[in-house]
Parts: sequence; C-alpha cells; structure tokens
Amino acid sequence: MKKFGLLLLVAVLVLSVACGLALAAPQKLIKVGIVNLPPEESGYRQANVEDMNKVFSRENGYDAKQTNTADNSEQIAAARGYIRDGVDYLLISAANATGWDDVLQSAKRAGVKVILFDRLIDTDPSNYEAALVSDMHYEGQLATDWVLNNVPKPIKLVLIRGQLGSAAEIGRSAPVLKAAQEGKLEIVADGTGGDTWSLEEARKVVEAAIAAGKDFNVIYAQNDGMAQGAVQALEAAGISHGKNGKVKIIGFDFNRFALRNVQAGYWDADVQCNPRQASQIDQWIKSGNIPKGIVYQQELILTTDTITDEHIEKYGINADPGKGVITR
Amino acid sequence: MPRIKAHFDRLSHLFLPLSVLVILIVINLIKGADYFRITMVNGAFYGNIPNILFGASELVILAIGMTLVTAASRGQDISIGEIGAIASAIFVQYVLRAGSAVTLWTILAGFLISCVAGLLIGAFNGTLVSFFRVQPMVATLILFLGGRSIAFIIDGKVSPILANEISNQIGTVIPGVPIQTPIILTAVFIAVVVVVLKTTNLRLYVEAVGINPNAARLNGIDPKKIIFLTFLIMGVCSAVAGFIAVNKAGRHDSVNLLKFIMMDAILAVALGGNSLGGGKFSITGSIIGAYTIEILNRTLLRLEVNPEAIKAFKAVFIIILMVIASPVVRAFVRKVVDKAKTIVAANSVRKTVGLNKAVFFITDSSAGKKEE
Repeated sequence: MKKFGLLLLVAVLVLSVACGLALAAPQKLIKVGIVNLPPEESGYRQANVEDMNKVFSRENGYDAKQTNTADNSEQIAAARGYIRDGVDYLLISAANATGWDDVLQSAKRAGVKVILFDRLIDTDPSNYEAALVSDMHYEGQLATDWVLNNVPKPIKLVLIRGQLGSAAEIGRSAPVLKAAQEGKLEIVADGTGGDTWSLEEARKVVEAAIAAGKDFNVIYAQNDGMAQGAVQALEAAGISHGKNGKVKIIGFDFNRFALRNVQAGYWDADVQCNPRQASQIDQWIKSGNIPKGIVYQQELILTTDTITDEHIEKYGINADPGKGVITR
Repeated sequence: MPRIKAHFDRLSHLFLPLSVLVILIVINLIKGADYFRITMVNGAFYGNIPNILFGASELVILAIGMTLVTAASRGQDISIGEIGAIASAIFVQYVLRAGSAVTLWTILAGFLISCVAGLLIGAFNGTLVSFFRVQPMVATLILFLGGRSIAFIIDGKVSPILANEISNQIGTVIPGVPIQTPIILTAVFIAVVVVVLKTTNLRLYVEAVGINPNAARLNGIDPKKIIFLTFLIMGVCSAVAGFIAVNKAGRHDSVNLLKFIMMDAILAVALGGNSLGGGKFSITGSIIGAYTIEILNRTLLRLEVNPEAIKAFKAVFIIILMVIASPVVRAFVRKVVDKAKTIVAANSVRKTVGLNKAVFFITDSSAGKKEE
C-alpha cells in the first residue's frame, strides 16, 4: 500500500512537471530592459511608467526589468547591465541626450535592439532601431491652428512659455512665433513660467499684462498648470474667459483636471502630449515589424465641443476631479 | 528722549532694506504713475499692491522662519519647500477623505494635522542640527532631495484636486471680505509672531545662541534646545506656507509646489539686513526683504524684459541690491553721515560760512552713494 502511494506521488509529480513544461514551452518570455526617468518627476512620467509596467508584464509575455533614475550616468550603467544580461530589447528614455554613443554601439554588437521612447538621443540614427516620441512642433501647430481658426480677429495673444530652451518650449513656441511673424496674430505679452513651468509665475505674467492695460483675447499656455495660473489672474481681475467669455484659454498635456475644465467650458482647448508609448512598442515587437528611425505619435486637440468622458478617462493623466468639477 | 533715540536706532537698522524697496517702487512709478491704483473687482481690492501682497504671502511666512533658523543655527534650512509639500499633501489627503461634505472644521482639522506634520519634520531637522551637530544645510539636504518623493507617495502618485468651495475661498476671496484671504492669513501670522516675540524671551535667547553659543550656555541658555526650537518653528512656518500654496493652486502638485522657494527665503533674510552667519536679527527686515523680492519679480515683468533675459536681469538687480545692503556699504554710509554731523557741529560752533561747505559736502556724499 505504501509503495503504491509513493508510485502515485511520483507519477503525479512527473505529470505535473511535464504539463508545466508543455504549457511554458511555446511561451518564451521576451526579455526587455527599460531605462526610464523616475515617476515622481511629473504626472506625465507617472502615466508613462504606469503604462510601461502594464504593457510589459509577464501576462503579456515579457520578462521586463526597469530602472528609473534621472541621473544619466546611472541610466547608462543600467543599460550596460541589461546588455550583459542578454536582453532582447532595450527601451530608453534618456535623462540627457548626449553620452550614449558607446553603450548604444555595444548594444548593437551584442545584437540588442534599442528602441528610444519619449526622448531622443543625439547620436547616429544607425545606433538605434526606432524612436517613438511626441512631436512638440506638431503639438504647437495643432494649438496655433486652433487659435487662428477659433479666436475672433484681430487675435491678440498672451504667450506663456515653459522652461526656456527645453524641447517642449521650443516646439510649442515655434508655430505661434511664425504665425506672429506672418502677421496672422499679435503677441501682446510674452512671458515664461520658468524652469518649473510654474503656476505662480504664469499668474504674474498675466497680472502684469492686465496691469499694463493690454488688451488680449487668447492665452496660449504651454502646460496645464500655467494655464490654470493664467486663469486665476483673469478671475481675480474679473475678466471673462472660456466658452462664452472674452479670453480663450488653451493649455497642453491632457491633465484630467484641465480636460474637465475644458469640458465645463471654463477653458477652451487642450493639446495632448501622449505618455503612453508602450502599447505601440509592444505591437512593433510582437509583429517583428520595427520601423526605422524617428516615429512621431499621433496626438489630439480637444475642445469644449469635442471632448467626451471617454477621452478624459482614456487619454488623461493625473487625478480626475470628477465630471462637472472645475479646478480654479 | 532716549526712548525716541532707541526707536530711531531700530528704524535706522531698517533704513537699507527700505531704501532697496523704495528704489524698486521708484522704478515702477517711472514706468507708469498708476502703480498704486487700486480698484474694486467683484467686491475685492484689485491692483498691483494687492497682487504683490497676495503673491508674496508664502514667501513672507517662510522668510520669518528662515530668519530665526539663521539667527540661532548660523545656517539655513534648504528643505522648506519640501516640508511645505509634504505637510500640504497630508492636509489634502485629510480633506479628500471627508468626500463632498467638507466643512470649515474639516479644513481646520486638516490644517492643524499638517502643522503637526510640519512640527515633526522640523523636529527631525532640528535633531540632526542641534544634537548631532550636522551643518544645517547638509542636514536639510536630506529632505530637500527626498521630500518630494515622500509627498508624491502621500499623493497616491497623482496630483489630487482640492475642488471644494472653502479651499477655493481660502485661495482667493471670501465673499463680502474685500481683501484676498492669503493676505489676511499672512497678516494674522505676522501678528502672532509679533506677539510671541513681544511676550517671550525668544528673541533674546535666539540672539544669544547665535552670537556665542558657549557664552549662552554659561548663562543658562541651552543652545541645543534653542536651535531645536527654531527648526520646530520653521516646520510650522513651512506647513502654513504649504497650506496657503495648495489652497491657492487648488490641487497638490508635489513636483512643483513651493519649488526652490528656499532660495528666495534666504535672499529675503539677507536683503532684510540680517547676517547669514547668525546673531542679531530683524524679522521686519526679512518681511520687507520678502516683499522686495516679489516686487522685483513683478518689476521685471512690468518693464517687459525679454523672457530669455529675465534671469540675467534678476541676477544683476540682486547683486546691486545686495551691495547696497551689505555691511561694508552700511559702515561706509554711517561713517560719511557721522563725518557730516561732526563737520556740521564744528561749523555751527564757529558759525561761519563753512556751513555752506558742509551742506555741499553732504549733498556730494549722498550723490556719491546713489552711484553705488
């Protein structure tokens, strides 16, 4: 009896191992090393990291390792580690655009495919497979076209820039400055929220414009926080804005609070800066069809008339204040 | 008579911070004579002056705490923005837990809890500085680097929204009250500080410790306790500033809330004529310094300085202001004034035409001062 029991146990064990092997064998996990910035950097990054974790999961057929740091040399060290570990793909969002040549070349030698996301690297395009990024210039063009088509003429614009010299600031400013040069609109005040894209600084820019007695009918703020600060200044000065107001408001980044403000007609429009590159990259890897060079993401502009709850749920970042709640 | 003289001496201490302020106001008046104009908008005062008072409210509160920390510990707390971010994150979480039924009591309780959080963080910094004798800037560097991550985690990794009506009124105006609420809160805070300084020996102890800790200890004042206490006060100041900032913003952005404000707070202390090496201090000077920085920021916008050049302009202005407020120039001015006084006195005794010469000398020297 005892022997029989033992035999049964062995049989069960062998069977279960065999079953396990049979199940696991066709699903070889794809090894991925992700080098990213820390989620506490911004709401954008938080959404980005969350999305990466969701898509590159075990259930999805990936064995993913992730390093989140804002230090370029730590990022490079992590990338080297992943290459040594023999990953199949290396996904990088670099803290600095320079200093990556060596590590990218050693990846190439080791046969690791490098895909850049969100941020480009200053290097020879042959050093990576593909780069999936937001086109800041395209975002600026979307916003500028909206301004030209929707703000009553003559357009008098207050421009609130982000951190001067950053890719986002340059890209989002260029189309407006070009339109101003071509005489399609007038920039009556040109200010910046500084290196922190600060709400308070943006508020001061608009307060100064009001104090100087300037007449304007649109505020073009290069992120949502600065748009919020600008609107606070208008509110305090008793100037109407939004759907039926005098001053049109446009922001960037698709924070959910901003989208709710647009939906309520408190602001007028918001332009997307999509942090969710993971599913596109996942598709590339799974299909084995990775494009060459830089690929720009499709991005949206939403206005009070076009926005829906689904948009806010699906594309927004950060906390949702809830339908009908205005963030002043 | 001696009392008046003492009073005058105190005022003369404020002469330089005030002169810096006056220079900025004059520049603003040259740009446009309507600088002081105040109108009523939706039942509240509106104009440059209310905007300045509104904008500087957090900075003023932080400058007060920074003055005390500087005076006692002979160093600066560089984690104040982060303390404010953590304390206000706790405040926001408490308020959001109440759901839609937010009452004044919810806000008040949340505020008190955030102040306790500020106290605890201040105690952490204070322990490092006073008991373990870590340099203040190094001790507070820990939270400066890590504080925002803590706030980010408390926030649940998103920027929570503070959309209730009471918070909005704290950040803007209460209907029926013509002054913006942050201005009132700042005034109340200043009043509390004044009462504390008038009714307690805090000033004496802090200055004694700052001037010479060993001498203070021999006289029965424990420098450790006093330094620890100033960091506790700093923690509360930071929590109050965080409370005002988050109610103004209407949402808690752990990344940017009060970011780099310690730079301006330290600058306010210096502009107020305080030594960053500790010792005697002037809270009034620091408050004037804080408002001066706010006015400076707005002056550059009013002069429509190119956004690319605004930082460089600010740096140049600050260098000029700091030189004017520096002890060297102050000593020089005092020497010139004293010299002028003796010459006037000598001349008045002789009652000769030399008086004209003295007057000429005074005008000459004051003209020379302007060029500084």
